[in-house]
Amino acid sequence: MSQYVLRRLMIAIPSLLGISLVLFVVLALAPGDPFSELATNPNVPPEVQAALRARFGLDDPIYLRYLHWLNAMLHGDWGFSFVSRMNVDTLILQRLPTTLYVIGSAQILALLIAIPVGVYAATKPYSLFDRIANTLAFVGFSLPTFFTGILFILIFSVTLDWLPFVYTTDIRATGIRYVLEMIRQAIMPVAVLGLFQAASMTRFVRSAMLDVIRLDYVTTARAKGLGQAKVIVKHVMRNAMIPVVTLIALQLPAVFGGAIVTEQIFRIPGIGSLLISSILSNDTPVVMAVTFVFACLVVLFNLIADVLYGWLDPRISLR
Amino acid sequence: MLDKELRSMIGDVKDGRMDRRAFIQRLAAVGLTAPMANQILAIGGVAMAQSPNPYPPTKRGGGGPLKLLWWQGPTLLNPHFATGTKDQDGSRIFYEPLASWDVNGHLNPILAAEIPSIKNGGLSEDAKSVVWKLKPGVKWHDGKPVTADDLVFTWEYASDPATACVSISTYSGLTVEKVDDLTIRIKFNDPTPFWANAFVGAYGCIIPKHLFAEYKGGKSREAPNNLKPVGTGPYKFVEFKPGDLVRGEINPDYHMANRPYFDSVEMKGGGDAVSAARAVIQTGEYDFAWNMQVEDEVLLRLEKGGKGKTLYAVGGDIEFIAINFTDPNTEIDGERSSLKTRHPILSDPRVRQALALLVDRDSVKKAIYGRAGRTTANYLNGPEEFVSKNTKWEFSVEKASALLDEAGWKTGADGVREKDGKKLKLLFQTSINGPRQKTQAIIKQACQKAGIDVELKSVVASVFFSSDVANPDTYSKFFADIEMFQIPMTQPDPALHMRRYHSRNVATKENKWQGPNFPRWINKDFDAAIDAAETETDPVKRAGLYIKCNDLIWQDTAFIPVMHRLAVEASSNTLRPALSGWANQTDNLQDWYREG
Repeated sequence: MSQYVLRRLMIAIPSLLGISLVLFVVLALAPGDPFSELATNPNVPPEVQAALRARFGLDDPIYLRYLHWLNAMLHGDWGFSFVSRMNVDTLILQRLPTTLYVIGSAQILALLIAIPVGVYAATKPYSLFDRIANTLAFVGFSLPTFFTGILFILIFSVTLDWLPFVYTTDIRATGIRYVLEMIRQAIMPVAVLGLFQAASMTRFVRSAMLDVIRLDYVTTARAKGLGQAKVIVKHVMRNAMIPVVTLIALQLPAVFGGAIVTEQIFRIPGIGSLLISSILSNDTPVVMAVTFVFACLVVLFNLIADVLYGWLDPRISLR
Repeated sequence: MLDKELRSMIGDVKDGRMDRRAFIQRLAAVGLTAPMANQILAIGGVAMAQSPNPYPPTKRGGGGPLKLLWWQGPTLLNPHFATGTKDQDGSRIFYEPLASWDVNGHLNPILAAEIPSIKNGGLSEDAKSVVWKLKPGVKWHDGKPVTADDLVFTWEYASDPATACVSISTYSGLTVEKVDDLTIRIKFNDPTPFWANAFVGAYGCIIPKHLFAEYKGGKSREAPNNLKPVGTGPYKFVEFKPGDLVRGEINPDYHMANRPYFDSVEMKGGGDAVSAARAVIQTGEYDFAWNMQVEDEVLLRLEKGGKGKTLYAVGGDIEFIAINFTDPNTEIDGERSSLKTRHPILSDPRVRQALALLVDRDSVKKAIYGRAGRTTANYLNGPEEFVSKNTKWEFSVEKASALLDEAGWKTGADGVREKDGKKLKLLFQTSINGPRQKTQAIIKQACQKAGIDVELKSVVASVFFSSDVANPDTYSKFFADIEMFQIPMTQPDPALHMRRYHSRNVATKENKWQGPNFPRWINKDFDAAIDAAETETDPVKRAGLYIKCNDLIWQDTAFIPVMHRLAVEASSNTLRPALSGWANQTDNLQDWYREG
């Protein structure tokens, strides 16, 4: 087992190197300039812009810049933001708690809805409950988050005036009021993201359950006289969860990566909004760091998913 | 106006026979605006007028929190590294200059004890030096006193190329010396009629020597205070999250009486302009939002029965169409749009005039800019004393067609004009931005009616305004026939704004397209007028020279001004912000208060 994990980690190294090389080259070839805002400012002579470019090494050849970056990364230096003139890791760490809180809650909400609804719908296929759940799921994943987000704002903020639509990390309250405010401002973004995820996940859980529920061993379990609840939870669900685990494991990196659209709509200072604003201002070190960390997480969670398979189904051996 | 008459008028103001307002009105009548008139008076020996912002609160603090919404949040808090206005706005909460521009383009003293004038000995007759006096007793947020050493250091810091400050040009071409603990003298290498640049406005913010002294030059980026400002401003630094939040609390030792009104300030970043307008005008979650680049129609709808309103500040920002005087389609020595070529179509002034006649400014204003724009024929739209009254614009397809006929462009079978077998076809580029694409469409339609085939092109803003030498789509390379964008006017003086188009500044391959004269327009009279204005110490003559420059641009149709754009802000109905088109939004933050 530990040998398996070790081997997988070794294999990950060349693939991560490859990913970083591709990312770096694509970003370096992409047009744009982090100092473009200075261009039309008559106070700033163009030489200043050129000096800044030279200063941040933007005029070096690509392979040199890549080697510099790689070397720094190996030493734990994630780079230096052109735009904020501060270390990239500080920037990312500053935004991580908010991302984890909002996107994490949304994922939990999605699971809390998807698993019970999917399982129950699968036990009674084509019943009224199943049909309603199906319809809602289709509606849910057909509506993009930028639409539901604005709809929620119009209903709950503008018309009803119940919830704030600007997420603030700076709540002037302590104790229980602080907690309540934190929950209040997260309701809309968490609902928007969570319901969207729940919709597709419900469909997934339902079909995975339906595949398993028809198998002979389930009939055997029932014939032994086991109760419905025990059959479903212990015998069906455990096996049906394998594909679901894959799906969740691949979605988990997104918890760290943030949700670009939703973060932008509700002004959530998460990693997603950092990524988009860095892309827009051509702040390559930040874009590079965020995307690379994201790639690492995808590789890591894939491994975790594989290890979980072995636990869920001992027939799958890890060698 | 006659020089003599002006002199006697200045004398009248000095002796109190004529009041200042009458003087400014007389000058405005001949085409000079208030900020210039005031500088004229200053050089003429009369102290510059100040129009203090009204400020009724009678005690410091007690106003609760002030919540600002900047849809692009500040990403750094060192005013000398501020790449965009958002960074200047964030820094300005904590740092202060000697003086800032008020709504009328007057200097409003902040850290200065008084505004220099010839009368108080601050200005010299030859316009080669300025003496500034600091207010006594001003303290940095950490309790250390502010002295002339800090000013001298700020100049050393910003003018050092190794520091890589964006404010470097504000502090070059001059030296700053300490006279005594509270006095400095700025010496200019050349006579500088516009003396109020260094230590004034956004780039004028003074930084503390005791915290930055070790971080001058190459080590500038390591300064811990780049992210934790210690200034003299009305609010003290509490917290900064780049792109997201800037927070400050009241400075109980602030150097102006009864100020500031608010107990804390919060500047939230992120999102988009429309939802920012909504958060201020419709739901009232925030007090003030910056830079409302939102269609007027949407703003009007939000304002109906809302909790806030829009405010407009008049500056000199100009949205214009530039004409390429060189040929973008011929390559000479590996360079397109080379100075060695002439544009095959647009070098004919009649075609340029026809194009100018085809820009329907009224429709553009009505359909796109609304209250945020003013139609204009001038490239230079402020301050008032520099605005030419000699120009006019017109929209007429018939006149444009007549001019094109006269120039030999005959309508072909497909409705497109041609001459010597060549079609009258133009490539029109701009940056991607809703209003700009709509304006392009309006102009293309009019051109079609006159038989000009216009091909539209739009480039992502981060590329269009980039200085990336490898990219062909930048505005400065100008590999198109005409292009449209906005150039902001950052100070109430036209020198920087107009100097760009001097023939020595042409953008070429040799200077890596860094020359700011991107249309490659060369006009000997214009060059001469700019050169004369740069050293002209007589404000009236100087204003006349800049008006002449503007008129030359108009006569030669080097640019087609489209819209004089105003700054649009959203404010809660109870907030009383002090805004100026000549300053950043937070430049007069100490004077903001709430009513009712």
